[in-house]
Amino acid sequence: MTDSAEPLVEIRNLSFARGDRMIFDGIDMDIQQGKVTAIMGPSGTGKTTLLRLIGGQIKPLTGTIKVDGIEVTELSRSALFQLRKRMGMLFQNGALLTDMNVYDNIAFPIREHTQLSEKVIRTLVTMKLQVVGLRGARELMPSELSGGMARRVAMARAIALDPMMMMYDEPFTGQDPISMGVLVRLIRELNDALGLTSIVVSHDIEEASSIADTIYLLSGGKVVAHGSADNLRESGSEWAKQFMNGLPDGPVPFHYPANDYAEDLLAGAKK
Amino acid sequence: MNTRKTEILVGLFIAAGLLALFMLAMKVSNLNVYNSDSGYEITANFDDISGLKIKSPVTMAGVRIGRVSDIQFDSETFEAVVKIRIESQYKTLPKDSSASIYTAGLLGEKYIGLEPGGDEENLQQNDKLKLTQSSLVLEKLISRFVDSFVDKSSDK
Amino acid sequence: MLDFIQQLGRSGFDFFQRLGRANILFAHILGGIPGMLVRIPLVIQQILSVGVLSLLIILVSGLFVGMVLGLQGYNTLVDFGAEESLGVMVALSLVRELGPVVSALLFAGRAGSALTAEIGLMKATEQLSAMEMMAIDPIRRVLTPRFLAGFISMPLLAAIFSAVGVLGGHFVGVGLLGVDEGAYWSQMQDSVDLYDDIYNGVIKSLVFGVVVTWIAVFEGYDAVPTSEGVSRATTRTVVHSSLAVLGLDFILTAIMF
Repeated sequence: MTDSAEPLVEIRNLSFARGDRMIFDGIDMDIQQGKVTAIMGPSGTGKTTLLRLIGGQIKPLTGTIKVDGIEVTELSRSALFQLRKRMGMLFQNGALLTDMNVYDNIAFPIREHTQLSEKVIRTLVTMKLQVVGLRGARELMPSELSGGMARRVAMARAIALDPMMMMYDEPFTGQDPISMGVLVRLIRELNDALGLTSIVVSHDIEEASSIADTIYLLSGGKVVAHGSADNLRESGSEWAKQFMNGLPDGPVPFHYPANDYAEDLLAGAKK
Repeated sequence: MNTRKTEILVGLFIAAGLLALFMLAMKVSNLNVYNSDSGYEITANFDDISGLKIKSPVTMAGVRIGRVSDIQFDSETFEAVVKIRIESQYKTLPKDSSASIYTAGLLGEKYIGLEPGGDEENLQQNDKLKLTQSSLVLEKLISRFVDSFVDKSSDK
Repeated sequence: MLDFIQQLGRSGFDFFQRLGRANILFAHILGGIPGMLVRIPLVIQQILSVGVLSLLIILVSGLFVGMVLGLQGYNTLVDFGAEESLGVMVALSLVRELGPVVSALLFAGRAGSALTAEIGLMKATEQLSAMEMMAIDPIRRVLTPRFLAGFISMPLLAAIFSAVGVLGGHFVGVGLLGVDEGAYWSQMQDSVDLYDDIYNGVIKSLVFGVVVTWIAVFEGYDAVPTSEGVSRATTRTVVHSSLAVLGLDFILTAIMF
């Protein structure tokens, strides 16, 4: 386990299709133990789908996904649930249970999975809340929280069972600079303090590259490039350069594929 | 919401529902009138019971003392065999009581009226009433009436 | 023409797929019942939102349906000089048909639509996915207690509806129109049978409770996770469960009476 050369998540030749559209086409990926790995790419490249595949919520067309040496795609439902107790996942909008307050939301997985007394649960929940800095918001309902606070509560809930890894689905979208900064810091700190392995799915280059040890760039169903942030910026790949520097035109064209512009205008005039 | 309040409200709801069921059973239905386990059964054969049904009332002096519990047909005597369940508090009916089928009102329900006899002994479980009078069928009544007219006029 | 046939084929295919998914879900929900027996508070919580909050509409409608029955029944029966039979008429209509059917329709509108919307929104906001990732089965944790609550509440609501209706008929018939009080109750007791009428009425409402809550939780769970999808699912719940109640009522009546 402590051998950092051994990846915690190992993805080999993964393919997945939704309808006729190939989302992934033979992807290989290694997520290193104890590191923060960012998975980046333009919208619609199936980054969220990848997290669901790792969590075993959907099954791939072909390929293998190993988490901590366990093959996710072949697990029975109960074995999958056992594995998921060791995974935490943060959904885009937090996905807090709307009929419970903050405290009960964080206590929820503990109450469901353990027989601990309310006294112990209170201590645990208070500790988790302190980590994300929301001990004072214990009694609030999810509808009373701002987007950033809801995500922090969801983070506290995700680490309630002390998982071995955390998956973050677009944690930075739609946040103001302050709460963005808070989230960035929290992801890094949680990873190092709790000895987690983190996977961050994002298209916010700046924030993601500031905390990620390794970055995977996805496009068109393939891994286009991977390496550290600096490596990617300097890399020869035109695509990586465009994405990392946020250029509007390049290998990914500004225009959606269409017929000739002049012809199109003329076609309208002819009618 | 507060758990205690929730539980109290739900408790009240379930109590109200059960109370409603209880009321339907006791006040609306015939549960308290007709209880098939109590009382004793006697039988009576009739030539004609047309209109009598299972659960039709059985009365004596106009008071309901039981109900018809079963109706069968005896294929040897061509009679209807009617089983009557008498409620348990009416234990002292004379053994030679007689049974007749009457109609409540002109078009109403048929019922069995019992008339007490003079016997010292009382009716027991599975006893049989010897004296019975069949139900009056309107058509038969009319045809008898017409026949008697025809007879009289032919005498002249 | 071929397009039409293809369309027909596709709808048929969709229909059976949905039916299949609904059945799998039903089996899954039932599988969760033993686990629920040790977690009664969850069910109680749901009985509150499914049953108790439907109570007001059931009480008011029951009262008015009973009162209308009393009024209409009296006007018809008085022509035949049989107004003493008013109690029988009111009680039999309520216990056999109107109690179970009308309260099931109201239940579908009040509680069924709310269940669908709630579950559909939980799906749209990824709450169900989040539970799955926390290794908690959302079907057993969310759907099963709601289903049980509907199953328990429905016969109670129907009984309350009938009882209140009988009282409403009594109020109009005896209180306002002057039917003899003794005749109202005693004729009723003579003709309403515990087994044939009341017991069968309860069975009907149990069946309706299962069907309506089943449709409601399925539509919510199967909803397209967008606001439009949830609103469509809610509409479907009310329409489908109302049709199912009326259709089943015919079948059950044909079998029972």
